[in-house]
Amino acid sequence: MALTFTDEAKRKIATLRSRYPDPQAACLPVLHLAQDEFGYISDEAVGLVADAIGVPHSHVWGVVTFYTMYHQHPTGKHTLMVCTNVSCMLRGGYEVLEAIEKKLGCKRGENSADGEFTIVEEECLAACADAPAMISGERYFLRLTPELAMRALEDIKKMPPDHGHQPPSTIAKARKS
Amino acid sequence: MPVELSKMPKIVTRHFGAEEVKKIAEARKQGGYTQLKKAFAMQPQAIVDEVKKSNLRGRGGAGFPTGMKWGFIPKDAKTVYLVINADESEPGTCKDRELIYWDPHLLIEGVIISSYALGCSHAYIYIRGEMIREFAVLQRAVEEAYASGLLGAESPTAKGPFKLDLTVHRGAGAYICGEETSLLNSLEGKRGWPRLKPPFPAVKGLFGQPTIVNNVETICNIPAIIDKGAEWFAGLGTPRSGGTRILCMSGHLNKPGVFELPMGIPLRTVINDICGGVPGGKKVKAVIPGGSSMPPLDASELDIPMEFDALMTDERIKPVEVKPGVKFDMGGGKILRTMAGSGGVIVMDESTDLVAVTWRIMKFYAHESCGQCTPCREGTGWLARITERMARGEGRPGDVELCGTIAHGIAGNTICPLGEAAAWPMLGFLTKFRSEFEAKIKPGLVPEIPAHPITATGIRSPELERRG
Repeated sequence: MALTFTDEAKRKIATLRSRYPDPQAACLPVLHLAQDEFGYISDEAVGLVADAIGVPHSHVWGVVTFYTMYHQHPTGKHTLMVCTNVSCMLRGGYEVLEAIEKKLGCKRGENSADGEFTIVEEECLAACADAPAMISGERYFLRLTPELAMRALEDIKKMPPDHGHQPPSTIAKARKS
Repeated sequence: MPVELSKMPKIVTRHFGAEEVKKIAEARKQGGYTQLKKAFAMQPQAIVDEVKKSNLRGRGGAGFPTGMKWGFIPKDAKTVYLVINADESEPGTCKDRELIYWDPHLLIEGVIISSYALGCSHAYIYIRGEMIREFAVLQRAVEEAYASGLLGAESPTAKGPFKLDLTVHRGAGAYICGEETSLLNSLEGKRGWPRLKPPFPAVKGLFGQPTIVNNVETICNIPAIIDKGAEWFAGLGTPRSGGTRILCMSGHLNKPGVFELPMGIPLRTVINDICGGVPGGKKVKAVIPGGSSMPPLDASELDIPMEFDALMTDERIKPVEVKPGVKFDMGGGKILRTMAGSGGVIVMDESTDLVAVTWRIMKFYAHESCGQCTPCREGTGWLARITERMARGEGRPGDVELCGTIAHGIAGNTICPLGEAAAWPMLGFLTKFRSEFEAKIKPGLVPEIPAHPITATGIRSPELERRG
């Protein structure tokens, strides 16, 4: 089925466009919206966004590949943004990241097999005074230890997912059948 | 004398910890938006003059005088934009995020007053993409301000017609967008590539119009300047730097945190009296004084006042060297020591492997280089790879010199300061902790390329010269 924006999303896009003198300026916010809707930015989503703001597909593609937060592949229900920059590194950020990788059985940049999580090794999250830090959705997990990170994973599972799409394992299965 | 935190003036952090102030009703009860009346009774130019007199300097990193920046807007400008830089991503810095989270209405009040002073009718707040929670908080606060008629409606009390729209624009994960011209490109829906200056944004910025880009903390200070006056504000600081300063204290500290402190407080006082010293009674080995792009201080340099000019010029700070004995010339005979930057202070104790820290910093800049300029795109990756093998204890003979050469080759040769942001800490750590890097060299390994002498015209390679 061809990808389309819902009517509500279309209304939001109209509002976003009205906030700038040039509709191209709505590129980043509309991409965020597309990612919330579809889970990640596929080639098809790039086209939809480009048409919505009236710019060439290539322009949107350039933007998507420039910024780290736009996922070009399906992601888990929850993205774990784990900081390992200096302040976090000094207080055990890498130990936390490695504990999460071990627990979920996947590396940074990958999805867990159950489709619950995507691990992202983040650059400084601006929570240095409470290092090591992790963000998932609207929640911060601060002053983490490997043990506290395991508890955080349980909490995050109970949170609403970051986006409304199917987790990647289901997508993979759907493709096979 | 131990410093008592409770007796220090709090201008921008006074509502930290009070959840309720996020709501406009409570914010107004606590004095929020009360300065609008006073500001609107003034002529816009009088506000600009007041900010000039207050000695307020930009809190984003460069420390440029805010009033002077505002004065660069051409007098005949028809459309002016004010853009708030909330893309806080300099490693070690965590103040703007806290300011937005705890007191979004203070920022909005500052934006309204500043927009009135600048003749701006649509302001933008560019917030970092990763700050999902803060975006939600700020967006709610902006909606409340619209509903109360503070935004989006003609102000009845202002001298002359004044109606302000405010849009919160989310970034999407790119450190470079904290650089003002890159931020403007990103706000225009493009890749965050920095622009050549001149023209400066004050002349040609967002959508080609005169634009002022200010940091969150800078703008949060504006209501207090209107309230208590420029003289009071200037009096709080040092002769050339008004007000207080937020320091984000992280790393090896017993009580890390975000503290609003008197401008010019000695670093040692902050570490020992405010942050409770270093855990386990260990000694300090190195301190990054203003975000990871600033050259570090060593243990002998902790009595320096934490203030813009002192960190640049205090002769107790050893100058950064390009190679042993050759000082880094920033142009015009100015030598590089360090800078106050964004207020992100990272403390490292005596057990820290500074080669590993340098690698992590280089990895960061290599990841965040936008790719526009070759010296930065290639050089940062090169530095990251060399420091990585050094951190593993597999440095090759000549690697220490090579790092210095590459860093020197980046600095000054790029469109934006990300090049310097990578080169300065590299050279700074090499200058002050060279032996640690030398200890990571494995003598048996083959050098990557012959070590080259640095000349005024760049790298001289004997091998290339032989080849003609």
